[in-house]
Amino acid sequence: MANYSIQVNGKTHEVDVMDDMPLLWVLRDLIGLTGTKFGCGKALCGACTVHLNGNAIRSCSYPVSAVKDGKITTIEGLSEKGDHPLQKAWEKHIVPQCGYCQTGQIMNAASLLNRNPTPTEAEIEQAMEGNLCRCGTYNRIRAAILEVASK
Amino acid sequence: MRNSNPIQQQETEVKSEIFNASRRDFLKLGSILSGGLLLGVSFFSCDDKGNKTTSFAPNVYLRISSTGEITIIAHRSEMGQGIRTSLPLIIADELGADWTKVKIEQAEGDEKKYGDQNTDGSYSVRMFYKPMREAGATAKLLLMQAAAAEWKLPIEECDTENGQVVHKSSGKKIGFGELADAASKLPVPGADKLKLKESSQFTMIGKATPIVDLHEIVTGTAVFGIDAKIEGMKIAVIKRSPVVGGSIKSFNDQKSRAVPGVVNVIAIKGATLPATLKTPQNGVAVIADNTWAAIKGREALEVEWDLGPNASYDSAKQIAELTETIKGKGTTRRNRGDFDSARAGAKKIIEHTYIAPYLAHATLEAPTALAIVKDGKCEVWACTQNPQGARNVLADALGISADNIKVNVTLLGGGFGRKSKPDFIVEAALLAKEAGHPVKVIWTREDDIQHDYYHALSVQRIVATIDKQNNLSGWNHHIANPSISATDDNKVVQPSDGELMLGASDFPYNVPAIKLETHDATAHLRIGWLRSVRNIPQAFAISTMLDEIAEARGIDPIEQSLALLGEDRNISFAEELVNTTYPNYGEDIANYPWETSRMKAVIQRVAKEAGWGKDLPKGSALGFAAHKSFLTYVACIVEVTVDADNKLSIPSVHYAVDCGTAVNIDRIKSQFEGGAQFSASLALKSEITVKNGQVEQSNFDGYKIIRMSESPKEIHVHIMQSDAKPTGVGEPPVPPFTPALCNAIYKATGKRIYKLPLEVGNGK
Ligand code: FES
Ligand code: FES
Repeated sequence: MANYSIQVNGKTHEVDVMDDMPLLWVLRDLIGLTGTKFGCGKALCGACTVHLNGNAIRSCSYPVSAVKDGKITTIEGLSEKGDHPLQKAWEKHIVPQCGYCQTGQIMNAASLLNRNPTPTEAEIEQAMEGNLCRCGTYNRIRAAILEVASK
Repeated sequence: MRNSNPIQQQETEVKSEIFNASRRDFLKLGSILSGGLLLGVSFFSCDDKGNKTTSFAPNVYLRISSTGEITIIAHRSEMGQGIRTSLPLIIADELGADWTKVKIEQAEGDEKKYGDQNTDGSYSVRMFYKPMREAGATAKLLLMQAAAAEWKLPIEECDTENGQVVHKSSGKKIGFGELADAASKLPVPGADKLKLKESSQFTMIGKATPIVDLHEIVTGTAVFGIDAKIEGMKIAVIKRSPVVGGSIKSFNDQKSRAVPGVVNVIAIKGATLPATLKTPQNGVAVIADNTWAAIKGREALEVEWDLGPNASYDSAKQIAELTETIKGKGTTRRNRGDFDSARAGAKKIIEHTYIAPYLAHATLEAPTALAIVKDGKCEVWACTQNPQGARNVLADALGISADNIKVNVTLLGGGFGRKSKPDFIVEAALLAKEAGHPVKVIWTREDDIQHDYYHALSVQRIVATIDKQNNLSGWNHHIANPSISATDDNKVVQPSDGELMLGASDFPYNVPAIKLETHDATAHLRIGWLRSVRNIPQAFAISTMLDEIAEARGIDPIEQSLALLGEDRNISFAEELVNTTYPNYGEDIANYPWETSRMKAVIQRVAKEAGWGKDLPKGSALGFAAHKSFLTYVACIVEVTVDADNKLSIPSVHYAVDCGTAVNIDRIKSQFEGGAQFSASLALKSEITVKNGQVEQSNFDGYKIIRMSESPKEIHVHIMQSDAKPTGVGEPPVPPFTPALCNAIYKATGKRIYKLPLEVGNGK
C-alpha cells in the first residue's frame, strides 16, 4: 500500500492503494468516476480509455504508480457541459446502442483528434482498432468522427 | 408466467384493459405520486373461450401531472435495442404529446404491478404495439373531454398536438397539465370509443427518434449494472468451478485474506448437474473493499475441485463424433413426400456437412449485480433482461417470499440473451446474506468467457437431389446439437421443437420431398440462447446449400429462391410435422402466417437496391441469402472483396426488411447495422472450444470479435412500407448475413465454406 496524489479532471486526489492497482479501479472504486468502463482488464477492448496529458491510455492496464504528476482526463472531464464536438456528433448520429463502450470510444477519438485534427478514414480506423463495440456501432462511430474531422 | 425460454412464448393473444389509477395509492413509485391523471394499462391473455387468464398481467403506467409532465413507466429492460424509447414513443404519438416533456422511468421487477418483463425473443414492440396505442388514445380522449367541457364546445372539434388540446377553428389551446385533474375524474372510455390515428397522421411512429439515454451515455453518467452502488457495499470476485457440474473439495484462503483490502472469503454452494438456468456454479468468493483487491485476492486463492463427469469433455472430439453420427438415420421431425424415391430418381445429389462452434455472448459489460439482504428482505440492482424471473429465483434461493424482493433494473451494457439468466444475481444475494452487508459481484472478462450459457455447437448434414428435369426434387436436413433444454434436464439430447422452429422445421421452399431428421447430442456446458439462437447455424447451412444448388442447376440463386417460394401462399407446416409442433414464436399462425408474398417482396427489393447482377472488379462479388426469423422477413446481399493476399473486406451490405409497421426507423436501422456486425464476428472470428471440460478462451485475444477496420463498411437498410403488426428487429438481421457473406466469398474465391468461423482473412 502507498499514498498517491493524482490529478484527475483538474482536481487533486489523495489515494492510499496497492502499487499495482490499475488507474481504472482508482477512478471507479476510490474516486467514484464510473463513466470509465471495465471491459477486459487486459488492454484488449478500449472501454477503459482515459487521457494522460491528452493522450489515450488504457486505464485497466496502467498502474496508478505510473501516473506520477501526469494529468488525467476522464469522460466526466472531457467537456464542461457534455458538449465536446465529438459528444455532439455522437448525439447527432445517435451512435450508441447499449452505450457501454461509448465513453471509451469518445475518449479514444478525442485523443486522435488532439494529435491529428483531420484524420482520413483509414487513420480513423487505425486509431480506433483497439476499441471494441459488441453492439456493432462502428459505422456510426466512423461517421461521427469524420464529421468532426471535416469541420 | 411464460417460462424463460424465448422460443416457447405466449401461445395466446395478449389483450389489454385500461384503468384509471389516479386515486389508487398502491403506486408509490418515485415521482409517481398523487395528483394529475394516472392511467394504468393491464395486460392479460385469454384462453380459447376468450376468458381472461390470470397468468399474464404486465402493467404500464402513464401519468400526466398538473404541470404537464408526462411520465411513462417503461417495464422492459434496455440493452441497446431502444425499447425504452420505442414503447413510450408509441403512446406519445397517439396522445399528441410534446416528446421533450416525456420522461421515461424504469420499472422495478414486480410482477404484480408490471407483469412479465422478460426482454428477449424480439417481441417487445410486437406484443405491446396496440395496447400502447390504446393507452395513448384513451388519455387523449379524456383530455379532450375535459377541454370540451371547459370550453363548452363539441369534442368533435378538438384535437391534440404538442402536449395541448386544441380547438381547430378558433385556435384555442389548453396544456395537458391544466386538464389533468379534471380528466382524472372522468370515467375511462371503452376501447370501442377510441379513434386510433391513421398511419399518415403519425408524428413519431415510423420516424427516427433518438434514444432517451443518449446524453447520459455520451457524458458517462448513465448507470449500468457495474455502476450501481450503495453505502457499505463491498466487491466480490468469484473463482468458479472450471468445469460445469464441478464442486469444491477444499480450499485455502490464507493468502487471499492477507491481500490488503480483502475482508472475507465465502464459498457458494451451487449446482452440480444438471447445471440449470438459475443456479450459480459452485465457487469461492473473495470479498474486498475494492475490485482490484478482490481480483488479487482471488489470484491468491487455492481451491481443490472435484471436477465431476464433464472433466474429460473435449469439444473437437464431440464434433468429430457427431460428424459420424449424423451420417446415419435420425428421428424424423418433418416429412413431406418421399425423399428416398427423390434420391433414387436423382440426376445429381449434393451432400455436405456443416459445422458451427460454441459461441459466447461477450456482452461488453459482463454480468454484474449488487444485492442487499436485510431483515428478511432483499433488494438488488442488476443489468438483467428478466427482472421477474430473477425475483422468483431469488425467492427460492433465499427462502423468502417474492413480495420481499425488489429488483431494480439498470441499463444493460449488452444482453444478447446472456442477461436473461439470473445466476449472477443469485450469487450477489447469497453473498450479501452471508456477509451481512451489501455485495456487488463483478464478473471479469475471463469469468464471462469461461462461464457463459453458450450458444451450442452444431453439426448438420444436408442432402439435396436434383431430378432429370433439373428441378430441386428432395431436401434432407440432419441436425445434431446439444439442446438448450439440456441445461435444465441433462437427459435431453435432441433439439426441442422451439429450436427446430428457428429456421429448420419452417423451411419454406416448395420442394416435393422434405425430410428433417435430428440426432442425439449430449450437453456438457451450460447451453443458452444467443441473439437469434439456432437460426444462426440453420440459416448458414440452408442458405449456403441453396446457393450451391442454384449453381448446380445453372440458375441464379435469387431467381431460384423466388421460384421455390412459389405462388403467394400462407404456409402452416402443420401437416408435415412429425412428433413436433410449430410454435411460431409464440404467436397464433392465423395472426402471423408465414407469407411467401412478403418474403418474395424483400428478396426483390434487396436485389434491386444492391444492383444484383452488376459487374464487379476481379476479387469482388455479391452473395445473397434470405431468412425469416422472429416473424420478420429479411433478405440480405453482402459484397466482399478478397485481395491478392487473401485479405477479406466487406465494402457493403444491403438488407431489405419487412417487420410490419416500422415504429422507430432509426432503431430498426441501428439494430440491422449492429446485427450485421454481430454476424460478421461469428462468421469470421468467434469460436469457443473446450478441452478437459474447460473453455480454452478467456478474453478478447482468444475469443475474437470484429474490430472497426474489418467490419462491414456501408450498411444499407431498406424497410418495407407496411401497416401489418410490428415484429421483432433485434435478432432477425443476424441469420442471413453469414450465409450471404459465405456465398459472396465463394463467388470471389471459388471456395465454399462448410465450417464456421471461416478462415479467409482471419490470420490463421
Ligand atoms: S478494460 Fe481496458 S482495454 Fe478493456
Ligand atoms: S454500444 Fe454496446 S458495446 Fe458499443
